[in-house]
Amino acid sequence: MTALQTTPLHGVHRALGAKLVPFAGFEMPVQYGSIKAEHAAVREGVGLFDVSHMGQIHFSGDGAEAALERLVTCRVSTLRDGRVRYGLLCNDEGGVVDDVTVYRVNAGEFFLCVNAANIEKDWRWCVRHTADDADLHNRSAQTALLALQGPQAEAALAKICPADLSTLRRFRFTEAECAGHPSLVSRTGYTGSDGFELYVPDGSAEAIWQALTEAGAVPCGLGARDTLRLEAALPLYGHELDDTTSPLEAGLERFVKLDDGGFIGCDAVRARRDAGHPRALVGFEMEGRGIGRAEYPIAVAGEIVGVVTSGAPSPTLGKSIGLGYVPPALAALGTALDIIIRDKPVAARVVQTPFVAKA
Amino acid sequence: MSEIQIPDALRYSKEDEWVRAEGDRATIGVTDYAQQQLGDIVFIELPEVGRQIEAGEPFGVIESVKAVSDLFAPIGGEIVEVNQGLTEGPEAVNEDCYGDGWMIVVAPSDSGAIEALLDASAYGTHCQEREDQG
Repeated sequence: MTALQTTPLHGVHRALGAKLVPFAGFEMPVQYGSIKAEHAAVREGVGLFDVSHMGQIHFSGDGAEAALERLVTCRVSTLRDGRVRYGLLCNDEGGVVDDVTVYRVNAGEFFLCVNAANIEKDWRWCVRHTADDADLHNRSAQTALLALQGPQAEAALAKICPADLSTLRRFRFTEAECAGHPSLVSRTGYTGSDGFELYVPDGSAEAIWQALTEAGAVPCGLGARDTLRLEAALPLYGHELDDTTSPLEAGLERFVKLDDGGFIGCDAVRARRDAGHPRALVGFEMEGRGIGRAEYPIAVAGEIVGVVTSGAPSPTLGKSIGLGYVPPALAALGTALDIIIRDKPVAARVVQTPFVAKA
Repeated sequence: MSEIQIPDALRYSKEDEWVRAEGDRATIGVTDYAQQQLGDIVFIELPEVGRQIEAGEPFGVIESVKAVSDLFAPIGGEIVEVNQGLTEGPEAVNEDCYGDGWMIVVAPSDSGAIEALLDASAYGTHCQEREDQG
């Protein structure tokens, strides 16, 4: 077994008494104290996550834009400097290689932020599909990523960063100093709350982390990150998405440029749509007692019809919620489903997502 | 983790249940070590009164935000009482695991079984060993 990788903040997590768990090949903090308290800090105040395990693949040169336009499902040519877009890498069968964010620094410099578990796979995929007029650089191991999330994120960041954050709108980024360290400050996140993601060199991560916690940010682990993203119905690769799933089955059509056919896998995504998807991703709320967790079967009238991809108690709503795949005929809002929990059917109902409205 | 509370008057299983003997009844719950390891407890499933349980057998389920764990019976016997309050308020296990967070009361089938469990000192050593392995 390979040793787990660590982030530059590993020592900080240990000193804080975090519960550390293996995640995507890294030893990462799942919680520092209470997941519910960390979740609440993000919804009501400001939380700070170490997500340095995530990867960054840089594209530079004259061919960078064209390469990315082929690689990702979202439109890249209309992206302006300092803007970010969410998109997917698809394979030739129309399945999802990864879900990513695309950053345009300038006309000749872009980067993708990718899931930790997929760094190697994405890297090989990008190299294979990029022509000689673009250079690729995997900077995952040198780049730390801090996510500062919550309604008080702007106020906390303003204490250590001189940039005008009030004009930095959602899905935009800028270069600025944080606690005196050069950083890329992006108004993005994975929690359904306002916030920022700070891309910084490994060596700066600890100083920025300390400055932000002194500014009032509460350390939060991957446990809270998962309940937060679930309330926002944001997909998690390996759960809602994988190499066989079409982005359209996952309800992500607004991030897919189906009309111009310019991305790898587009024909397959269209063909699968035209043939009719066998399943659709739905949000559900438990009505009976229990938590419908990932991999639990979904049934209707005693027949297994689908599977839960993510499920957890929602700290904000005070009830259990989840995402799962069912046949499209059972995807309508209000449809009654049973989640099979320890061999017993427990009532659930299809509900609107996101479960918690964006703040 | 904060310091683990291990009351002297109780007996313990290696699976982190405590037992309080009172005449022909034994109250059972999970220890402070267990609730700290689990974190926020959000769901508890307990058996019906009248059921017979065997020592070492799962008698219920405890769920934190992230994880599902079985509850293992530290001793055998008939279940004579169940803490219904945990259905609506499972957080009592986090707040007061040796008090309001009790789970079941058993009429032990073998009165010697409780004495055979770990005492507070031995259980404390068992917790420390696992912490050290960290």
